[in-house]
Parts: sequence; structure tokens; C-alpha cells
Amino acid sequence: MLSRTADNLYWVARYVERAEFLARILDATARIATLPAAYGGQGSEWESALLTAGAADGFFRVYQDVNEKTVTDYLVFHPDNPSSIRNCLGIARNNARAVRTAVTGEMWETINSAWLELRKIEPASLGREELARFLDWVKNVSLTFDGSAYRTMLRNDAYWFTRLGACIERADNTARILDVKYHVLLPETEDVGGSLDYFQWATILRGVSALTSYHWVYRQSVKPWLVADLLILNRQMPRSLISSYETIVRFLDELGEAYGKVGQPHRIARNTLNALDTTVIEDVFQQGLHEFITDFIADNNKLGKAITDHYLT
Amino acid sequence: MAAFDEMNGIAGDTRDAYRRLKDWLDNAPPDLMSLRRSQAELFFRRIGITFAVYGDEQSTERLIPFDIIPRVLTKPEWTRLEEGLIQRVTALNAFLKDIYGPRECIRAGIIPADLVDNNPGFRPEMVGFRPPHDIYVQIAGIDIVRVDADTFYVLEDNARTPSGVSYMLENREVMMRLFPELFRDHRIAPVDNYPDRLLQTLRSVAPPHAMDEPTCVLLTPGQYNSAFYEHSFLADKLGIELVEGSDLFVDDEIVYMRTTEGPQRVDVIYRRIDDEYLDPLAFNPESVLGVAGLFSAYKAGNVTLANAVGTGVSDDKAVYSYMPEIIRFFTGQDAILKNVPTYRCREKDALAYVLDHLGELVVKEVNGSGGYGMLVGPHATSRQIDDFRKRLKHDPDGFIAQPTLALSTCPTFVASGVAPRHVDLRPFVLSGSDRVRIVPGGLTRVALKEGSLVVNSSQGGGTKDTWVLDA
Repeated sequence: MLSRTADNLYWVARYVERAEFLARILDATARIATLPAAYGGQGSEWESALLTAGAADGFFRVYQDVNEKTVTDYLVFHPDNPSSIRNCLGIARNNARAVRTAVTGEMWETINSAWLELRKIEPASLGREELARFLDWVKNVSLTFDGSAYRTMLRNDAYWFTRLGACIERADNTARILDVKYHVLLPETEDVGGSLDYFQWATILRGVSALTSYHWVYRQSVKPWLVADLLILNRQMPRSLISSYETIVRFLDELGEAYGKVGQPHRIARNTLNALDTTVIEDVFQQGLHEFITDFIADNNKLGKAITDHYLT
Repeated sequence: MAAFDEMNGIAGDTRDAYRRLKDWLDNAPPDLMSLRRSQAELFFRRIGITFAVYGDEQSTERLIPFDIIPRVLTKPEWTRLEEGLIQRVTALNAFLKDIYGPRECIRAGIIPADLVDNNPGFRPEMVGFRPPHDIYVQIAGIDIVRVDADTFYVLEDNARTPSGVSYMLENREVMMRLFPELFRDHRIAPVDNYPDRLLQTLRSVAPPHAMDEPTCVLLTPGQYNSAFYEHSFLADKLGIELVEGSDLFVDDEIVYMRTTEGPQRVDVIYRRIDDEYLDPLAFNPESVLGVAGLFSAYKAGNVTLANAVGTGVSDDKAVYSYMPEIIRFFTGQDAILKNVPTYRCREKDALAYVLDHLGELVVKEVNGSGGYGMLVGPHATSRQIDDFRKRLKHDPDGFIAQPTLALSTCPTFVASGVAPRHVDLRPFVLSGSDRVRIVPGGLTRVALKEGSLVVNSSQGGGTKDTWVLDA
């Protein structure tokens, strides 16, 4: 297939995934921000949402005050934020339109209807309740898009590039949450913050829709190191770093087999997966959670670039 | 001047082709019509059929209005049109081969040399070059109007990159979904084999080295082009890659596309980019839409361009007026489809007549298209007429004039109910190395404003499904 087509598919999936991630971050933040300070609401929640979205620099060019209204506006609607939910869905729709024939009718209708719907929404008119409904709607768009891809695409390179885009973005998103919140996950905070940090941890889990999963996997109360374990090393958890990389390696292998050759992307992805595979959570804390995550994000970016160089240009 | 109505003729008696349709219209509740119309609009919106209007920034994507009442042609009417179209397009191809080759028609005095050589559509780079299989216009859109029961005129030949065929196909698709009972009650010739015919045509004109299994692609200027929807629609139906200039590159006079598996050779390019933008090395150096080196690959015989470079010289409005003579010269027959009587303003007497009768004529820029740069005398203000008078005197060669035709009307569902509106017809003619192919019908365009004669979608025109009755 055309490199440009593959590139568009890859980015459609990344942007849809990113829009959903932003919606979940905002949802989780709105929840913790309403808690009294004694339960973990520290007043810095909106700032940390900005950091998690990687949008802090751009934000301060537009706004001075960090609060619910400004952060929501910037992350959801602001035209100057290249990764606002509105821009993500707009770019995804443009990418899909440019390769209209490479996505299935169901995928196109999902993204095109979402974009048409989104154009009708007036940012100013959204109260807290409407915002919550809107964020749910964004998550639904992503779910429908993902489901359409899963159920309607031929299992060929077009599908694999779509999945690669989604998984690389997902790994990046999960790592970002950990990067911003790592300090509340360090083991010693158990002594310092005690159960008060429960709401911080719960916010992280909600950000990756894993609060319920946590209980099913560990069958115990929320412990910070187990939260880290779940998001980094647990194979059952679809948004964990290791799960994302299992999928990435699998689809890169499919591509390698179909095209009869492998390259740099395969080596990078396999190395990252092997490293995750041979790691236990104690090692991560020994090495330093923050350093571990920083390295991971760098490696993930390197993989993205290698895929672009090898296939998409 | 009362116009001939496709359904009711001049006298108001329902014509045979429309009898069943009229019964149905008379009995259909008005609510049903409105409902079907909004369903049709929803359908078009969802599948993403939109077109962009240049100079209209607010709405870069708009729906072309679709009218749910079809335009109907009988089999005998169509058969005659078809013969005329084949004859005309055959002559267009022979004419192009001649003017870029031996130039016999110029020597024979059929057409003045300066009209060819000074024509902006003429490409001197093509002189002496013969494209694969000697075919220049693989895809033509011939605009036809009707003035009475028996008379069809060719209004314009489109031999460069005619568009609109996706509407022909989608209009039919929508009509079949919305009005299955009408399709049950009529025997309507299908059009959905057009993509298949187009692919056959493209494959048939591949360069000799690739005749077995040619790789065909559709080259688009990209998603901001007004016809992008059509480009992607056709590429999908044909099962060929939709490429932009940046997807292609030329190495050693061979064209390749960039794929995820590395470079792949391309043999036939159905290009929807104008000549000027095809290759920055050969034509407009500023073009970012084209492919550097494409023209040299073409001249080396390594790739087929459909349509060929330089076909614009044949569909220009000044050359148009010579088409009856051109057809006679190259086919030995009289033209089956008439031209609209045309005053060539480059000729002194004609210019004098035109200047005296601006209020009753249609004046067109020789190189304009899309209904821009056109004066419709009877509907123009005196200021517009004065303005055109100046332009005509300044550059008489740049204009032709034609009498205002009483274009036929067709019943159309408008705000006030069902009312007659003027229509034209654009059939699409495919010329391969083996034969000429035409799918019955074409795109009917309708001027939605009462009394308006301008059917272009960029100026408020709409479209209709076009039926050719098989029995």
C-alpha cells in the first residue's frame, strides 16, 4: 500500500486514541478536584491534567490561571492546542478523508459523524453536567471507531498500521500518567500519605479505565506499587506498557511476514518487550520509577520514528 | 420563449417516457416527497459527497443539491445521442493526433493555424510525440442541451479532466434506495458498470511493456480539491491507488509510487490534475501538486497519462465552433450532434453583430469554465453588459457568443412544489485502444433558480438521476 495511506491510517488511530485519553483524564480530574482537601483534592489537579496531556507549555501561552474552566477549554476545544480533543478528532477525520477508501465505511461514518457532531457544540454552553456527557460521548466515539476497525477491516497491512498507531499512542499515554504521578506511587508514600492517597491512585486508575480491573487482578486494597505493576507489567491489563508492546510486536511481525523483511522497528520493539518481560516491579523501583518511565517514553518515541522512516515515508 | 419541457413537451401533453412517472408524482403525497428529499440529503452527507466552492471560505464542504425527480430519455433518443457522441469523440482524438502530428486539417483550411498555435491549451512539447495507442482523450464529458423533442445541441466538449461521474453513480444509488417501486415499474438501463468500463479503458491504453498487467493509479491534487470526493470514490470503485504527486517519483524516466514495501512501478495514470501542474520540470515550476520528471517519463513512452497532455486545445470554446467541419474532415460524415450556432468574435462581422445584440446573446470567455466569466444577456444588468462590451472590444479573440437557447426544462421538486427548471446533460465517453464505451445516461444538471440557465454546481446548480428507458 501507499506509504502515505499507511501514514494516514496510523495517525487516524493515534489521534482517536489520544482524544479518548484526554477525555478520561479530564473525567478523572473533575472527579478528584471536587473532593475536600482531606481526601486528596490538593488544588493542583488541573495542573497535573495539563502535564499529563503534555499541554502545559501551550496552555500558558493562552491562559494564566489554571482552573477547571481554563484547562477544560484548552484541552477540549482550544484551536491553539494542536492536541485538543476537537483538533484530535478533526485531524483524525481529515486523515481518514484523505485515505477515505482505505478505511471501511463503518470507520468513516463513525469519525465523520463525530466531526459533524463536534462542530455543533458550543464550548461556552457546556456546564459541568454537559461536559461529563460530552466526555462520555468522546469515549464512545473512540470505542465505536476501535470496534469498527476490529470488526470490519481486512486483516492486512491497513489493519496492522491502524493497530500500531493505536498501541504506540496508548503506551505513550499510560507512560505519561505514570510520569506525572510517579511521586504518589513511590512505596514510601504509603507511610507518608497513608490512605489519603487512595484518591490519587484511584484517579490514575480511572485515567486508564482500570479501577475495577485492579480489584479483579490483585483482590486487595489499592497499593501504589501494585498500581505501577498493573500499568507497567501486567499482561492482562490492555493499557499496560507490556500489553501494548505485545500487540506492537505481534503486528510488526505480521507486517514483516507479509512483506518478507524486517527492519529497525522490529528490533526496537522486540528489545523493549524483552526488557519489560524480564523486569519485576521491584527492579523498577530500584532503578527509579521516574527514570524508568522517562527511558520508556524515549524508546517509544524512537519506535514511532523508526516506523515512520521504515514504512510511512 | 416557452421552453420545451422534458415531461410535458410544449403543448402540455405528457410525453410517453414520463407517463408512469407522472402518475406516480400526481399520486405521491407531498409529505413523502419532502421525506425522501431529506433522506437523500442525509445519505449524501453521511457518505461524504461534498464539493468545495472556490472563494467560499465559510463552507469548504457543501452538498451539491440533489433533486429527486429523475430526467428520463427514451431508448431511441439515447441511441441517437450515443452515435453522435462516439462520432464526436472519435473526431476529437483524430483532431488531436493531427494537430500534434502532420497538421493536415490546418493545411486543408479547416481551422486557422493561429487558433491552434496561440491556444493556451496547446502544448508545443507534444508536437511530434505520439501517446500510447494514439489516444488522447480517454475520458470525455460532452455537455448536451435540448431545445425541442428532436433537437440536441452540444454545448461544450470537456476533454481535459471532466468531473461529475461520481454524482451520476451516487444519484442512481440513492434513487434505487429511496424509490424501489419506481425501478420496479420502469426498465431503466443500469449505470453501475461505469467503473468497470473505465478500468477496461485505462488498462487498454497502457504502454506496450505493461499490456499484460498494468498498474493503474488515479492522481489527485489532494483533499482540498473541489472534486476530491470523486477522485477517492472512483479510485475505490476501480480498486486502484489514489495517489498525490508526493506519492510518485521518477527514476531514470520510469514512474514509481512509494509504498510500504518500497517503490512500485506505475504504468497508467488517470490524472485529475491540469497539464500545467503535472510536472514542475516541464510546466509550471511552482507546482507542488505534480511529479518532477513525469513528462519526460511520458515522452519516453514509459507511462500513459489519461487524458494526454495538451487536450485542452480541442475543448476550447473557439475551437468548438469549428467542430462540425472537424468532424466532417476526420470522419467523412456530417455531425450527428449539432453545435449551438456560434459567433466567433475574432471575426469582424461576427464581433459587430455581437456588440449590437449583447442583450440577447450569451457571451462566453474562450477559456473560461464552470460558468464563470460568462454574460447571459437577457438576465444581465446594463452595467454588466457595458462591462462585457469593454472586455469584448479589448480582446475579441477571447470570446464567443451564442443565441440564448430555450434549454429544455424538467419537473423539479423546489420549495413551491414541483416546477419546471432548466437542465443539461453530461454523458461520459470512454475511448480505449479497443473501442469507445458509453454508459447509458450521464449526469443531468439542473438550474435550481427559476428561469436560470446556469447549471454549474459552483453557481447554485443541482443534479438529477438520468434514466434511459430500455423499452
